[in-house]
Amino acid sequence: RMGSPARVSMGDAWSWQVHPDMESERRQPSFDVERLTNILDGGAENTALRRKVESIIHSDPVFSLKDNYFMSQNERYEAGVKKKFHLHMIAQRLGWSEQSREFRYAFRAVTGDLALGLHHIFLKSLQSLGSEEQIAKWAPLCHEFRIIATYAQTELGHGTYLQGLETEATYDADTQEFVMHSPTLTATKWWPGDLGRSATHALVLAQLICSGARQGMHAFIVPIRSLQDHTLLPGVTAGDIGPKMDFEYTDNGFLQLDHVRIPRENMLSRFAQVLPDGTYIKLGTAQSNYLSMVVVRVGLLLDEINPLLEKACVIAIRYSVIRRQSRLRPSDPEAKVLDYQTQQHKLFPQLAAAYAFHFMGTSLQEFFQESYSAILDRDFSLLPELHALSSGLKAMVSEFCTQGAELCRRACGGHGYSKLSGLPSLVSRVTASCTYEGENTVLYLQVARFLVKSYLQAQASPGSTPKTSLPQSVAYLTAPDLARCPARRAADFLHPELYTRAWAHVAVRLIKDSAHHLQTRLQSGADEHEAWNQTTVIHLQAAKAHCYYITVKGFVEALQKLDHEPAIQQALQRLCDLFALHGILSTAGDFLHDGFLSGAQVDMVRSAYLDLLFLIRKDAISLTDAFDFTDQCLNSALGCYDGNVYERLFYWAQKSPTNTQGNPAYQKYLRPLLQSWRSKL
Amino acid sequence: MNEDLRRERASATFNPELLTHILDGSPENTRRRREIENLILNDPDFKHEDLNFLTRSQRYEVAVRKSATLVKKIREFGISDPDEIMWFKKLHMINFVEPVGLNFSMFIPTLLNQGTTAQKEKWLLPAQRLQIIGTYAQTELGHGTHLRGLETTATYDPETQEFVLNSPTVTSIKWWPGGLGKTSNHAIVLAQLYTQGKCYGLHAFIVPIREIGTHKPLPGITVGDIGPKFGYDEMDNGYLKMDHYRIPRENMLMKYAQVKPDGTYVKPVSNKLTYGTMVFIRSFLVGEAARSLAKACTIAIRYSAVRHQSEIKPGEPEPQILDFQTQQYKLFPLLATAYAFHFVGAYMKETYHRINEDIGQGDLSELPELHALTAGLKAFTSWTTNTAIEACRMACGGHGYSHCSGLPNIYVTFTPTCTFEGENTVMMLQTARFLMKSYDQVHSGKLVCGMVSYLNDLPSQRIQPQQVAVWPTVVDINSPHSLTEAYRLRAARLVEMAAKNLQTEVSHRKSKEVAWNLTSVDLVRASEAHCHYVTVKLFSEQLLKIQDKSIQAVLRNLCLLYSLYGISQKAGDFLQENILTDSQITQVHQRIKELLTVIRPDAVTLVDAFDFQDVSLGSVLGRYDGNVYENLFEWAKNSPLNKDEVHESFYKHLKPLQSKL
Repeated sequence: RMGSPARVSMGDAWSWQVHPDMESERRQPSFDVERLTNILDGGAENTALRRKVESIIHSDPVFSLKDNYFMSQNERYEAGVKKKFHLHMIAQRLGWSEQSREFRYAFRAVTGDLALGLHHIFLKSLQSLGSEEQIAKWAPLCHEFRIIATYAQTELGHGTYLQGLETEATYDADTQEFVMHSPTLTATKWWPGDLGRSATHALVLAQLICSGARQGMHAFIVPIRSLQDHTLLPGVTAGDIGPKMDFEYTDNGFLQLDHVRIPRENMLSRFAQVLPDGTYIKLGTAQSNYLSMVVVRVGLLLDEINPLLEKACVIAIRYSVIRRQSRLRPSDPEAKVLDYQTQQHKLFPQLAAAYAFHFMGTSLQEFFQESYSAILDRDFSLLPELHALSSGLKAMVSEFCTQGAELCRRACGGHGYSKLSGLPSLVSRVTASCTYEGENTVLYLQVARFLVKSYLQAQASPGSTPKTSLPQSVAYLTAPDLARCPARRAADFLHPELYTRAWAHVAVRLIKDSAHHLQTRLQSGADEHEAWNQTTVIHLQAAKAHCYYITVKGFVEALQKLDHEPAIQQALQRLCDLFALHGILSTAGDFLHDGFLSGAQVDMVRSAYLDLLFLIRKDAISLTDAFDFTDQCLNSALGCYDGNVYERLFYWAQKSPTNTQGNPAYQKYLRPLLQSWRSKL
Repeated sequence: MNEDLRRERASATFNPELLTHILDGSPENTRRRREIENLILNDPDFKHEDLNFLTRSQRYEVAVRKSATLVKKIREFGISDPDEIMWFKKLHMINFVEPVGLNFSMFIPTLLNQGTTAQKEKWLLPAQRLQIIGTYAQTELGHGTHLRGLETTATYDPETQEFVLNSPTVTSIKWWPGGLGKTSNHAIVLAQLYTQGKCYGLHAFIVPIREIGTHKPLPGITVGDIGPKFGYDEMDNGYLKMDHYRIPRENMLMKYAQVKPDGTYVKPVSNKLTYGTMVFIRSFLVGEAARSLAKACTIAIRYSAVRHQSEIKPGEPEPQILDFQTQQYKLFPLLATAYAFHFVGAYMKETYHRINEDIGQGDLSELPELHALTAGLKAFTSWTTNTAIEACRMACGGHGYSHCSGLPNIYVTFTPTCTFEGENTVMMLQTARFLMKSYDQVHSGKLVCGMVSYLNDLPSQRIQPQQVAVWPTVVDINSPHSLTEAYRLRAARLVEMAAKNLQTEVSHRKSKEVAWNLTSVDLVRASEAHCHYVTVKLFSEQLLKIQDKSIQAVLRNLCLLYSLYGISQKAGDFLQENILTDSQITQVHQRIKELLTVIRPDAVTLVDAFDFQDVSLGSVLGRYDGNVYENLFEWAKNSPLNKDEVHESFYKHLKPLQSKL
């Protein structure tokens, strides 16, 4: 094998032998898998470092995920805390900082199955919203775990809409304190991770009231549990919100504050201050509070959400070359299910999306790095675009990853329903991303507002130089557009310029339509807000098309940089083509609508698409191997590198506590039921 | 009651009670259903704990206890009609998962269908009384929907007049059967029959697996639970490995095929009859799809009327989220789908009963068509419902993710429907096979009848070429009948396209099977279009049967919404085939938004009409009284995780973490 370490796992006798059906898939790779892994990691040295970290983690029994599927919520939580603690010790010993690559890789190796994840969000928020003095005071306490902090924003009755939050922070100039208070039941903070049982401090988002005026949402550091015995402080009610679909290792919690007093210095004050006498001073824009959310969203894409889809693809595609079902020809043995066109049609678009999002996430990360320091210096010119991009991509990536992971699960038939496949956990974890850190519909509509605004801006300045004033991601609104697609044959649709322009055309048309719909409503006398609500369905459509266009374009541009790796470039190019064409077929109506594509051209797209499935088939295993997930981190009986699916499934099932811990239900209920038969024998 | 819900109910344009009667089939059915539900609700033996707070092993135990009580009560209350038993169980079991379920749904029916009189005499009564508990073991670790691929063997030994059952490989281990892991002591096992050195294909055998009295696995039997799953925590889905395990010759079900004592094999007469059972199960599954989606819609729509969020106009109080166009657009098409699928399920059940009478008179002619077409409908409705339940859950935002919403449970309980009783893609392709056969038949000059009769009208099938004018190009988007026509055209075109692509592939390559595989994405698409047409057709025909004007009006709007929403989602097909013009598609989008506004005042009452009791919804968000937040808080406080204020892991892990630094 090319370079990567031995990947057999578990020490089971059969795992030393790669299944012949898997072996044959890897015999003649059309490109160097190791080099693709290096590209995905951002360099060979990163790959080496990642593997080093993974081997440290995997050789440590504390991090074993073996029993995960058999544990109760309580056990998962306890293990989550234990692992966090243990990882922290290792990180200290080896000198990994929380921002380091090593730490990211460790997080990946333990599959994020750690408690106290909000600690990290607290820190990011502190660094975005806190003054230098505040950062200097709280960050070390946090790093050293002298306090355990969480971030408390959503309430029982309120979510994504920040202004609707009810929790109050009323400034008392006499004592120079804020009085933190939950005035209603619906104001109860609800959902924050680590809040239920772990956190000692919470960064509470609350309405600031000072000198009798409401000043909107601000962030306050509130101590909630005793640092001595961990009991709740006076005036604080908190607990766990009960069982969820997943995230069992995190104690998502609730919090009620009853006139809890905190010092004035506990309000984060990079962008706004309350002076001792109660004077309110604003230093940033209204959007600056959103900054910490932007930071979090950008990080989520590559570190949390997309890997869940990648893993689902690895598991489903590997299983599909081992599973055989029916025959393709009467004389042949049963065929690998991956040889069925319908199976390829289910799985390959998901694989293509995972790669698309990887490259898109990487370029967003780069843009973010460029703009973040400017914003911290209170230059907000790039913030609207950064906000729109991160909102739109978070919505799109989480939506596609959720649907994709579920498709992968169902593509594994009955076995995909078993937790031992690993897929149910991936699905139930990724699906949370559609509502956390901003509900997707709300996020798409924020993008739509940005698009309408940019479009109107482009319209308002004809003749002048709108391109320079339009943010880069929407510059295409003023680019020359084609009325008809020039393609004449199916093969024409394999040209990136052609399908990128097609996507640009459709996005521009929908943005134009949505802006016009809005204008028409306004001109017919509807008020601004009613008009917006009555046109949101089309705004949603426009925002989605825009995000798809951005992603296609990002994928194409990323591949242009791979000229020095022609074999890899070719394999990825097919995925890129597939991603673009699959999107066109899924929304063919939008492309046919104004005659941009003809019916005959849609047929060409379909035929090009089906041919791509066949071409990608032979690279499928290599493309999933390149993600380089260890067996331990996949934790799937169906998706292991060696392909010994059935042995592993049988072996793992036998370890289930349902088989090792007796059957009390028999003694209590089944036995009495069966009694009458016994007497007849 | 919550003020918002009170107002919603007061504003309805129709009487939900009358709509409930239509859904139940008659006022008498509604009355009887409620009578049975009240039996359960008033019975102290049926008080149930919240399963969400229990471990898997506790949930299994509760389910076994309930199953045992259930058997006694059904007898006590004198309930015998299968529908009534279903109502009874559903309310009782919440998610309707019972470890002894397969004894009644598979073991006994198979015995009845395939057992001889002597076999029925021996096994039926004990099974009905749960003196033995049976299950049905078909799928294997390595083999599912493709029955011929099963590997388990049953080899006849004439010396001892016994069958030797064997699991020769890892992939041949029986895997998944419900109740097999821990509960059952008998299984009907499907195995390849070998006698006199020859394989005769799959046959069914009654196999004792656990010892009566001790419940220990019998020698030669390895049996256990397959471990945790996405859902079905209460069910002990199991594995079964047999090592040259002997059973008497009489344990092979021999109503049709037989093995004589000397080992001679006697062939069965016809196997079409088993189609009947499959059609019945599929009609039940389509009904389940409708019910599961109706539950999810009830929860999401009630919660959306109670939840307030953001602003439409600044300065005004936060509106109900059901007033947001995007929320209506997420939920109302799904509500319309729940109604549509209800009528599809009712139609399938009726057809099954009608055809069953024909079968009684020896007429099997309609069976193949029905069998083929119900396969697609099962796939179509379960795929749609699967996505729709998830959409309802996400429409509830973060709270939908908590088990208190009940939605995760509805989802994980429903989603296996996409793979069991025939994996959906395979089902779609079965329907496609029938569509291709019908197409060929028309092509060779014969007319086809039934749901596929539209293939007779394809222009390419006509002897004299005709202009496009044959097709009614003017679709009236306000007429359910005209929209049904539009779907009919789409189905006809996509079936034709798949057929032509199949022919092209055949002409390029020799093998039919390879050509079939290379056309299968088109074939699935054609089947979907066919099923979509059938659903629209059945829904619009249903409107004609409704007397009450106010109900007819509201269902007509739902039917229009269902049809138009489908068009907007598949606009490409309708545009590409020139069934609708660009400007009509624009009108369709516009009309959908108007319908959302028209349906809005009736939305809560439309879900009330499904008439689910709170206990069977199992949801804090979907409560009839709408008192969501108070109960959400109560529910969380009851969670066992909140038993101690300071969790033990604080002392074990957190405290040392803080002090070591």
